[in-house]
Amino acid sequence: MREINLDNLDDIARGAGILGTGGGGDPYIGKLLAREAIRKYGPVRLVAFDEVPDDATVVPVSGMGAPTVLLERVPAGGEEVAALRALEKHIGRAATHIAPIEVGGVNSMLPIACAAEAGLPLVDGDAMGRAFPEAQMVLPGLIGVANTPMALADDKGNSIIVDAVSNHAAERIARAVCVELGCQISSADTVMRGDQLTDGLVPATLTLAERLGAAVREARAAHTDPVLAARTMLSGTHLLTGKVIDVSRRTEGGFARGNARIEGIGDDAGRVLELGFQNEHLLATRDGGTVATTPDLICVLDTDTGDPVTTEGLRYGLRVSVLAAPCDPRWTTPGGLALAGPRYFGYDVDYLPFRES
Amino acid sequence: MRIGIDVGGTNTDAALLGDDDRIIATAKTPTTSDITSGVTSAIRALDPPMESVTAVMIGTTHFLNALIEGARLAPVAAVRLGLPATAALPPMTDWPERQRVAVGGHGYLCHGGREFDGRPLSPLDPEELKRTAADIAARGLTSVAVSSVFSPVAEEDERRAAEILGAELGPGVHFSLSHELGRVGLLARENATIINAALRDLAAAIVESFAKSLAEVSLTAPFFLSQNDGTLMDVDFARAYPVATFASGPTNSMRGAAFLSGLGDCAVVDVGGTTADVGILAGGFPREAAGESEAAGIRTNFRIPDVLSLGIGGGSLVSPDGETGPRSVGFRLTEEALVFGGSTLTATDLAVAAGRADIGDRSRVAHLDPEFTARALDRIAERLAETVDRMRTSAGPLPVVAVGGGSVLVPAALPGFDDVRRPGHFDVANAVGAAIAQVGGEVDRVFQVPEGRRDAVLAEAREEAVGRAESAGARPGTVRIVDVEEVPLAYLPGGATRIRVKAVGDLDLNGISTTHAPAGAGDTHGAASHA
Repeated sequence: MREINLDNLDDIARGAGILGTGGGGDPYIGKLLAREAIRKYGPVRLVAFDEVPDDATVVPVSGMGAPTVLLERVPAGGEEVAALRALEKHIGRAATHIAPIEVGGVNSMLPIACAAEAGLPLVDGDAMGRAFPEAQMVLPGLIGVANTPMALADDKGNSIIVDAVSNHAAERIARAVCVELGCQISSADTVMRGDQLTDGLVPATLTLAERLGAAVREARAAHTDPVLAARTMLSGTHLLTGKVIDVSRRTEGGFARGNARIEGIGDDAGRVLELGFQNEHLLATRDGGTVATTPDLICVLDTDTGDPVTTEGLRYGLRVSVLAAPCDPRWTTPGGLALAGPRYFGYDVDYLPFRES
Repeated sequence: MRIGIDVGGTNTDAALLGDDDRIIATAKTPTTSDITSGVTSAIRALDPPMESVTAVMIGTTHFLNALIEGARLAPVAAVRLGLPATAALPPMTDWPERQRVAVGGHGYLCHGGREFDGRPLSPLDPEELKRTAADIAARGLTSVAVSSVFSPVAEEDERRAAEILGAELGPGVHFSLSHELGRVGLLARENATIINAALRDLAAAIVESFAKSLAEVSLTAPFFLSQNDGTLMDVDFARAYPVATFASGPTNSMRGAAFLSGLGDCAVVDVGGTTADVGILAGGFPREAAGESEAAGIRTNFRIPDVLSLGIGGGSLVSPDGETGPRSVGFRLTEEALVFGGSTLTATDLAVAAGRADIGDRSRVAHLDPEFTARALDRIAERLAETVDRMRTSAGPLPVVAVGGGSVLVPAALPGFDDVRRPGHFDVANAVGAAIAQVGGEVDRVFQVPEGRRDAVLAEAREEAVGRAESAGARPGTVRIVDVEEVPLAYLPGGATRIRVKAVGDLDLNGISTTHAPAGAGDTHGAASHA
C-alpha cells in the first residue's frame, strides 16, 4: 500500500496521457478534479492486487463521452461516486475498492478523485493497460466478467442501470444514453471479486503511468531526450522522428477516421511514416510496410517535450516522434484481437506481433 | 499615409507608409516608462505631414506585461453559468497566486449554459443572478466576466445574464463575455475572459493616453491596435477586448517581414537584443501554435503564432570559447559593447569585427582574432539554421527572411538555407507589420455535419467569416479566406465537427465614421476594428 498525494498527480497525468496513445482525453481536467478531491478528503490509498482480499468487491469507475465536452462542461464533482452508489444499490452490496477501467488519458484521474471522495482504496491496475474507445474492450471480458450491470450517472442527478445480453450490447446502449445526457457521463461497471484481479486486470499501471511521467519530467529537466526516456520506460521501439506533413480526416461508416503522414528528419531523413487513427492511433506503416498495429501501443510524442500528441491535436508541421510499445499479452490472443485488433477497427490488415528492434 | 508603431520592451519603432504602401520614413526611439512620450517622439522623428496621415496602427505589449506583473489589474466578478455542472472546478482554480490575488478571486457559480448540441443545460435563474448582482455591488466590483458552458455553440445565455446583471448593477459596470474571446474549452476561455475584464480599466487609460499623444503631435487620424492574429481593432474594440493584443509583437514582425521581402511563404528570423525568434509564414500569415497557450502561467486558448526562441541576440554575451548567449546586455548594448567603448564582448562586436555591420567604433574590435570571430559567427549561423530547420514543414527550399535590429548576425546564407534575405527597413519590420495590418473575421465553433452535407456546412462557415470581416471594417471585395480547419470531435457520434474559418480583408478607411457602433457586437468574435 502506498498513498497517492498531490505530489504524484502531475507525473501520473503526464504518463497517462502517453498511455492514451492519442486518445483517452487530456488528463488536465481530471488532474484538477483529483487535486481538489485529495485536498478535501485526503490522500488515496493505492493497493496492489495481492493486497486485495479474495472476496473484495472491486468496482471500476470511469468517464464516458467526448473529451471536448469534458473540457467545456466541466464536472459538477461527485459524478463517479453517483454512478458507484447507483451500482451498489442495484447489486445489493457495497464496493470495497475502486479501480480504473482505463489507465490511458483522463480515466486514470477520475478514479483517483472517486476513491478520495468515497474514502475507498484504489487498485493499482486497469482493464486495458492503455486507452480504447468502447466499453467492451476490456480484459475482464476475456475471463467471462460481464461489463454489466453498469450504472451510468450524469451531473444533474440522473442515473440509469444497464443490464445487457452482451458486452457489445451494453456499449451500444451506454453510448446512446451518453449522447442523450450531453456526451459526458460517468460509469461504474465490470464489477470484479478480489480473486479475479490478477486474471482480469493489467497490474501496476497507475505506478507505470507515474514512473513514465516522472521519466519524461526528469529527462526534460536534465536536458536529455524525453522521448527516449518514455520509450525506455515502456520497453518500446522507435518508429520515426519527423514532421507531420499531412493530416486528413473523414467520416466513414460512422467512424471518424484519420490519416497522418510524417516525414522523417535527422537520422530518419528519407523515411515516411503513415499513421492511421480514429480516437486513438491504431496503425503505423513505414515506407510502405506495416510496423505496428493496435492493440500494441502507438504513441506520438512531441519530439522536444515528450508530451503526447492526441489524434485531435495532430497538425501539419508538428515535430513528433512515434514509438510502439507492447500491449498486455492477453490482448494478442484470438479473443483479445477480436475485441481490439486492427480488423475490429475496419483496417484490412492482421495484427503484427510486436518486435523489439 | 499610414503610421505603424511597435512599442517593444526596449525600443519604440515607427514607420510611415504611403498610400501605395511605399515606406517613406522610419524611426527608432527608446521606449519610455509612460509609453506615450516614446510614441510621441517616434512620430516626431518620422516627421510626417500630419494632415495626410489617414490611420495610425499601434502594437503594444503593455497589457501582457501588466498581467505578468500582476499590476494595474482591476478586481473582477467572474460569473459562470453552468450549474449543476462545473461546480467541481470554480473560476480561477488553476491560477498562480499573484494573478489570482490581483484580480480579487471573486467567482460566482450560477445556473445556465448549454449542452454540446445547443440544448439548455439548465435554465437561467434571474433571481439567482439578481442575488449575484447584489453581492457584486456590495463588493464594489465594476468589471464582470461572464462565461457560459458551450457559449461558442450558443451565446444567448451570456447575453441575457449580462442584461440581467447590468440592469441590477447600473451604469459604470462593464461586461466581458466569453464567447467573444475564446473557443471551446471552458476554463481556458473563462480565464481569457477574466483577464480581459481585469484589463479593461487599464485599456481605457492606455487608449486615452495614445489619443493624447497623437493629439500632442496634431494627428487627427483614427488609430488602431494590433491583435494577436495580425489584424486590427479600433479603439472601441481595444477598450472592450484588450486581451486580444497579447501576442501582437511577434505577429507584427513576421507580417512586416513578409511585406518587406515580398514573400508570403518563408521562415522569419527576428533578431532582437536578447533572442532570435523564428516563425513560419504561410500565405502571409504566421503559422499558429497548436493547443493551449499560457499567459503569465494561466491557461488560455488564444491562437498565437508558433515561435521558437533562441537565446541569441545583438546584445548576447560571447564567451571565451566562442559560444554566444543566452545572457545578454540587453538595452545596455550602447554602453557595454566593445564598439561602444564598453568592456563586454557581444554578438554585435563580432558582426562589426567581421565587417558585416558598421556600428559604433570598429577600431575597438580590431584586436579580435579573425579566426575566433569567424568561428563564433559560424556557430551562431549553425544554431540559427538548426532552429529554422526545426520549424520548417517540408524538405523543399525555404527562403529565410531576417529582420530586427540584431539581424546583422544572420549571414547571406545559412547551412541548408541558400536563400537568406535581409530586406530594406529590416530593423523596423514590426512597425511596418503594424502599418500593413488588415481586418479579419473568424468563425470557430462546433457544427453538426450530417453525412453528405460537409460542403454546404463549410460554405456556410466561410460566408459567415467573410461577413464578420466586413462588419469588422474590411472593404467588401478585398476579403479572402486565409485558413480553414475542420476537426471531427473524438468519441462523439453524429458528425459533430469543430470548424474554424478565418477571413481577412483591407481596412476600409472610408467606412470609418465618427459614430462607433458597440464594438465587437458579439458577432465579431476574435475580429477586428468595427467601423
